[in-house]
Amino acid sequence: MTFVVRADSVSKNFRLHSERHRSFKDKLLRPGQGVTTDFTALADVSFEISSGETVGILGRNGSGKSTLLKCICGVLRPTSGQVLVRGSLAGLLELGAGFQPELSGRDNVYLSASMLGMSTKSVDAIFDDIVGFAELEQFIDTPVKFYSSGMYVRLGFSVAVSVEPEILVVDEVLAVGDERFQAKCMDRIRQFQRDGRTILLVSHNADQVRTLCDRTLVLDRSQLAFDGPAADGVRVFRERLMGASPVAGAAATRSAGTIDAVSMPSGRFVATTGEKWEMSVAVTANEPIEGHFVMELHNERGELMVRSDWEVAPVSLSPGSHVIHVDSPSMSLLDGAYQVSVGIVSDFGSQALVWREQAAVLEVTYRGRGAGIIQLAPRVRVS
Amino acid sequence: MPDHTPAVPPSERPIRVVSASPTLGQRLQQIWDHRELLSYLIRSEIKVKYKSSVLGIAWSMVNPAMVLAIYFLVFQVFMKNGVPNYVFMLGAGLVVWNFFSLTVNTATSVIVNQAGIVKKVAFPREILVLATLGTSLVYLFIQFGVLIALMAILGHAPAWGMLWLLPLAVVALVVLTSAIGILLSAVNVYMRDTKHFVEIGIQLWFWLTPIVYSFQQKLSPMLHRHGITWIFFLNPVTPIVMAFQRVLYAQPVVTSTVAPHGTFAELPTWSSLTYLGLLGGVIALSIAGLLGAISVFGRLEGNFAEEL
Repeated sequence: MTFVVRADSVSKNFRLHSERHRSFKDKLLRPGQGVTTDFTALADVSFEISSGETVGILGRNGSGKSTLLKCICGVLRPTSGQVLVRGSLAGLLELGAGFQPELSGRDNVYLSASMLGMSTKSVDAIFDDIVGFAELEQFIDTPVKFYSSGMYVRLGFSVAVSVEPEILVVDEVLAVGDERFQAKCMDRIRQFQRDGRTILLVSHNADQVRTLCDRTLVLDRSQLAFDGPAADGVRVFRERLMGASPVAGAAATRSAGTIDAVSMPSGRFVATTGEKWEMSVAVTANEPIEGHFVMELHNERGELMVRSDWEVAPVSLSPGSHVIHVDSPSMSLLDGAYQVSVGIVSDFGSQALVWREQAAVLEVTYRGRGAGIIQLAPRVRVS
Repeated sequence: MPDHTPAVPPSERPIRVVSASPTLGQRLQQIWDHRELLSYLIRSEIKVKYKSSVLGIAWSMVNPAMVLAIYFLVFQVFMKNGVPNYVFMLGAGLVVWNFFSLTVNTATSVIVNQAGIVKKVAFPREILVLATLGTSLVYLFIQFGVLIALMAILGHAPAWGMLWLLPLAVVALVVLTSAIGILLSAVNVYMRDTKHFVEIGIQLWFWLTPIVYSFQQKLSPMLHRHGITWIFFLNPVTPIVMAFQRVLYAQPVVTSTVAPHGTFAELPTWSSLTYLGLLGGVIALSIAGLLGAISVFGRLEGNFAEEL
C-alpha cells in the first residue's frame, strides 16, 4: 500500500529559554549565559499512513500531538528525521488563521484559500458553496472584524474543507459553531472519508476518535506509545494515560489500582432488556482510593451509548483486593452487543483513578417489539 | 458542495518532504508555487493600509512629498547649493531611497508582526517579505509617476538615450532590497534588537548615499585626490541612485544658479556603458546575496514557529 504520510524517526527539540534572552546587549555582556535547556517534544516517532485512512492522534496535553501535526503540516521542521507527504495537504491548526480583520469575508476567502494552496480560478468556481456552507451570504462583504467568533470559525472551516485536500489535518477544531453546524462539519468529514481522502485528527474527545477513526496513534511523553485500531488505541489512552497526572514525571503512569475482572453471576455476560442485572468488579487497590464508580457502554460502532452518573456511586477502598457489586433494577438498552468499560474516578469526575477500557462485551437481548436504542416502557391508563 | 471530485490516486501525487534542511532549489520552487498568494498579500496590504481614509492611496505620496519639500528648502533655498532644477535631482534619488528604506524597515519586522500566520499556516515565509517588497514597489511606481508628471509639466526632459538604464536599475534595486530584507527578517526573529539597529543604520546609510548632495561635485574630487574613489561604490545603492539621477536629471554639467554662475559637474560624465557595468555588478552581487539570504533564511525558518 502506498503511503500518503510517512514519518521517519521524527524528533523535535525545543529550546526552553529560562530567561527571555535575545538582545545584542545581553549576548555581548553575558556570553554563554541565559541558560537554555533542551526539551524533547517528539522523540524518534515513525509511522506510515495509507491513503484513505482516518487516523486519530490521542495524548495528554504536552505529549507532542500538536508538535507532530505541525511537523506534518510543515509549520515546524523536525530537528532530525523527516516527514514525507504525498499529495495536497490542508492543515486546520487554527480556524481563520491568516484572516485579515480589516478585509471583507470575500477577500479573506480568497486570501486564506490561496494560503492553503488553492488557485483563484478554483476558488471562483466554488465561492458560493464556501459562503453557503458557512451560512454567511448576508455578511460576506462585511469586514471580518465585525464577525462574531462563531461566524469567524465557520468561515475558516468552510474554506479549509472546500480546498478538498487529499490529506486533511485537523487539530481540535471540530467543535465549531452550534450543534447543527457541528453536525454539518461531521457530515463533511464523513464525506471526505467516502471520497477516499486521508484525515489526521487530534482530539481530546476519545469518543469522537472511536466513532470517526480507523486507527489511532497514542503519544505519551514525546513517544509513540501505541499505533493500531481505534478502539484499542482509545483503551490504551484511557487506561495508561488518563489516570496518570497530567504533569510528565517519574511516577506519572502509576495507577492507583487495577481492575482484575468483571463478571456476572450467571458466568455469561448477558442481560435482558427491562430486567434486573448485576455484575461484580474485582479491584486491587495499591493505595487508599476515595472515588466514584463509573461505567460506560459503547455500541459496536464505538459510539458512547451511556455513561453512568458517577456522583451517586461513591466508593472507598483500602489497599488490597475488593469486589464492587453493581446492580440495577432494569436494563434500558435494547438488543445488541455493548463494550463495557469500568473504572473509578476522582471526586469531581475529572480524573480516572482506575480504569479498564472494554473490560467485557455485554450481550443484551430484547424480547419486546419496540425499536430504537433504549426501552421507553410507557405505562398506559385511560380515565 | 454539489460535486465531490474523488481524490487523485496516491501513487500519482508528488511527494513533499518536510525535513530539517530543504535545498535551495526546493525553496525557490516553493516560493514560485505560491506566487498567487504573494499577489493577494500585496493587494490586501494596500487595501488595509488605506481603508477608511478619505484620501486613500494618495497618502502614500504625502510623506515623500514632504520629505522632498524639506530637503529642497534646506539645500536649495537656505544653503543655496546653486543646482538648477534641484527638485528633479532630489526626486530621482528619493524615489529610490524611499523604496529601499521603507522595504528594509518593514521587512525586518514582518515575520515577528505576522506571528499569527507564521505559527499556524505553512507556506514559504519569504513570501511575507516579498509581499512588503511588492507593496513598496507599488508605491515606487506611484511616486515615479508623480515625478514624471512633474517633469512633463515643468518641461524637464530626461536623457532619452539612456532611458534603458532605468529598468535595469529597478531590477538591481529589487534584488538588492529583497536580499537584505529576507536576511534581516529572519535575524530579527532571534534578535529583536535588529529592528532598532536597522532603523538607525538606514538613517546613516541615507547620508552615505549621494541623494541630497552630489557625488561628483562634493565627494569625487576629495576621494580622487587619494585615489580611493572606489570606496564610495562599496555602497551598492549608490550606482542605482546615480543611474536614476543620470537618466532623470539628464545634465551632467550645469550652470550654477547663484553668482558667479560658474559651471560645475553635478553628475559624472560617464558613458552609459559605465553605468551598465556598475548596475551589472550590483545585480550580480545582489543575486549572489539573495541566494545566500534565502538559504540562511531557510536554516533559521525551521524554528520560527517556536521562537515567536
